[in-house]
Amino acid sequence: MRIEPRESVSLAMKGIAPLMAVGTAMLVCSALLVWAGASPTQGWVLMISGALGSKFALSETLTRATPLILTGLAAAVAFRAKLWNIGGEGQFYMGAVVATWLGTGPFAMPPYLMIPYLFLAGAMGGGLLLLLPTLLKTRLQVDEVVTTLLLNFIVILFVNWLVFGPWKDPMAMGWPQAAPVVDQALLPQVLDKTRLHLGFFIALFCAVGVWWFMRATTWGFEIRAVGASPRASAFAGMPVAAVTVRTALLSGGLAAMAGVAELCGVKGYLTLDLSPGFGYSGIVVAMLAALHPLGVVASALFVAVIQIGADSMSRSINISSYIADVTTAVCLLAVLVAMFLTRYRIRWR
Amino acid sequence: MTGPPRAMRGGPSCDRDSMTEPVLKLSGVTKAFGPVMANENVTLELRPGEMLALLGENGAGKTTLMSILFGHYVADSGEVEVFGRALPAGSPRAALAAGVGMVHQHFTLADNMTVLDNVMLGTESLLSPTRDTGAALTRLTGLMERFGLRVNPRAMIRSLSVGERQRVEILKALYRDARILILDEPTAVLTPQEAQHLFATLHQMVDQGLSVIFITHKLREVMAASDRCVVLRHGRVVFEAATAETSAGELARAMVGSDIPRTSRPEPRQGKEILYLDAITVRGRGATPLLDGLNLNLRSHEILGIAGVSGNGQAQLADLLSGLIVPDDGQMVIHGKRVHAPSPAAMLAHGVGRVPDDRTGTGLVADMTVLENLSTEVYRLPAFARRGIMNFKALASRARQLVQAFDIRCPSVDTPVRTLSGGNMQKLILARVLSGAPSVILVNQPTWGLDVGATAYVHQQLLDAAARGAGVVLISEDLDELLQVADRIQVMYQGSLSAPVPAAGVDRAGLGLLMSGSHASPNAATGTTARSAA
Repeated sequence: MRIEPRESVSLAMKGIAPLMAVGTAMLVCSALLVWAGASPTQGWVLMISGALGSKFALSETLTRATPLILTGLAAAVAFRAKLWNIGGEGQFYMGAVVATWLGTGPFAMPPYLMIPYLFLAGAMGGGLLLLLPTLLKTRLQVDEVVTTLLLNFIVILFVNWLVFGPWKDPMAMGWPQAAPVVDQALLPQVLDKTRLHLGFFIALFCAVGVWWFMRATTWGFEIRAVGASPRASAFAGMPVAAVTVRTALLSGGLAAMAGVAELCGVKGYLTLDLSPGFGYSGIVVAMLAALHPLGVVASALFVAVIQIGADSMSRSINISSYIADVTTAVCLLAVLVAMFLTRYRIRWR
Repeated sequence: MTGPPRAMRGGPSCDRDSMTEPVLKLSGVTKAFGPVMANENVTLELRPGEMLALLGENGAGKTTLMSILFGHYVADSGEVEVFGRALPAGSPRAALAAGVGMVHQHFTLADNMTVLDNVMLGTESLLSPTRDTGAALTRLTGLMERFGLRVNPRAMIRSLSVGERQRVEILKALYRDARILILDEPTAVLTPQEAQHLFATLHQMVDQGLSVIFITHKLREVMAASDRCVVLRHGRVVFEAATAETSAGELARAMVGSDIPRTSRPEPRQGKEILYLDAITVRGRGATPLLDGLNLNLRSHEILGIAGVSGNGQAQLADLLSGLIVPDDGQMVIHGKRVHAPSPAAMLAHGVGRVPDDRTGTGLVADMTVLENLSTEVYRLPAFARRGIMNFKALASRARQLVQAFDIRCPSVDTPVRTLSGGNMQKLILARVLSGAPSVILVNQPTWGLDVGATAYVHQQLLDAAARGAGVVLISEDLDELLQVADRIQVMYQGSLSAPVPAAGVDRAGLGLLMSGSHASPNAATGTTARSAA
């Protein structure tokens, strides 16, 4: 077996490869469905209809995509600069903590001020959280993969302490949760009788904003250059450490905005199950999108369809909802393999 | 490498030419990459005990041809025969087994392993639980003695110099019983001394019956070291001759298809002092400082050549003038203004243009486009960015102008630079540097790996810049280059510079003495050699 680089890749191939990858992933997962004793065709039909089949299903999918877009953008921005931010989960909770702190009463403001205020403050919290490991990286060359990952557990234990301790809501009948945010802080619904909230449009706006920022601004140009070659960027006179710090503030801020959106848009109060791993899923979303900010929207929607659809399917035909995680993982692997195969070909002899 | 061509010394190969079968035969090899024909119907023979030089400009198809021979690529058509037997296509393993060894331009050694481990790597059975390092060591030291390739077998690769690493690569091939050795631009990274040593070793090998192909575009090496030479141009064999029966001029014409464009040289003018380095000291981790009280004066309108064996502080001098390192002691004055906090941005602001030796790693962001790479030093200027928003329209029209003015061959300004040839990469860097109208220009090994045409182009650009009034610091290990374009030459030895001498009255022997650490002035040395020669 030999691996050779392809000399030229047609546009059609680039477009078809990811579709073939998803097809392959569905075949693999079909085998799992058969193994679990269900009909794969029925399974997939239920999955699609469960995610897209009704106004309610669609609204649930878009609601789920909202935090995924933001954490996906966070990972995409950081990875573009080769800053390996694995701490999206911690930054997500940091955003939610800041929003709970400022949104449960100390300030009274009308919603049109309160909501931007909470998003900005939350983003600052997440950015500052990522600043810590980033400074360790730029000053002392400490590996940020380890530090950002471990910070997640510190932040989650901190939230644990908050909701069991000082912030525990006396009105929650003993449940470990903080007091709900004030009404002015809640994100307005955009569709009647659904959970879809303004956060979805904020996330879309962020995606377009990040895309424009990376493409059109000097700071975005610097992030791309430093990510592609720190040495050549430094030689050209770019402030590499400052660029890395700016990237960290942006990335941490985006992940934290996901936390604010989920808190103020869906739950209303801080709990430990606010995130089913949105920070980690953001990495998958970013990789599926090949780190492109607009691609992140598409891949977040895709992952949301699988998650919501698989939930609904597992309820109807009584299969473990872990099928969602497995499907997402297989899709990611298949897409990565497809991306590799569009650049290289394998020759068997 | 100043001796007569090897063939004239009466190498054994001349007499055997007609009698013996070729050890290697390529017939009708054709390989296309998309629309580009890298090799077209190439037929080539190598005879036993022969040193064959394969010449050609960048992109002439030399490396592709050798990659086909070694099994990295599969030819579209054509055959490879080694010792009379057809070589299966696309298998480096089969090539190794047939006795073909290859020394790549970029070494393929494991840095964190010893010389012995690297040589043994891949020769042992994966299933064998024990390693016979004793036997391997005996065999390796035997080879070292036989061919005069001395390296400490227990040394870690990362502690070796480039020349020593190349020796390990050759030993690796010999250890696998290579009878045919292919070297891809073996002298590109070597000092003149190391190159000389290399060719001595190669001669020893062909004298013992091995056959050697070396790929190069340095005419002097071909004339000095080869028995026969083959010139490739646009993937085809355009010229083939015994070295003794041809001349450098004929080879150059065959390579470029016309006479070498000559660098025109204006009269040197006396300018005013624009760069002054005063007792600069840079301490490294070792016991001796990397730059040791270095003094340098650069005037406008001149090209100051810095000669020397690599590793004597040239890299640090280049880094210093690029703003990448801050001196521990001493001061740097540009246009009468002291540079207080050196950084790449500060040097740019002081009007210093910088051409680094490492194009793809330092000079360019390889994955970014021609447009983006042309913009990396100017994107923050008010003409190209307002309140942090880049004006890509202005940058693109500037890039298109530069691409045209500097004749950078690329499909469009949106092409990633990693797909460009070495010569076009260097043109791109020159375009970026010279478009800023720098008054001080640092160039480090500007023609490494460039073909004749591109080299002449680079030289002409430097001469033009000097004629416009810039001062150029040219660091080069190629004495020919320095003698050709520099006005004054200083030799770097152990972190300091010799007194400058005018390039016009200098001789190679004198410079060589200075490069080896002798303190004689080159002009005096000229007298000595002249007398002793008489």
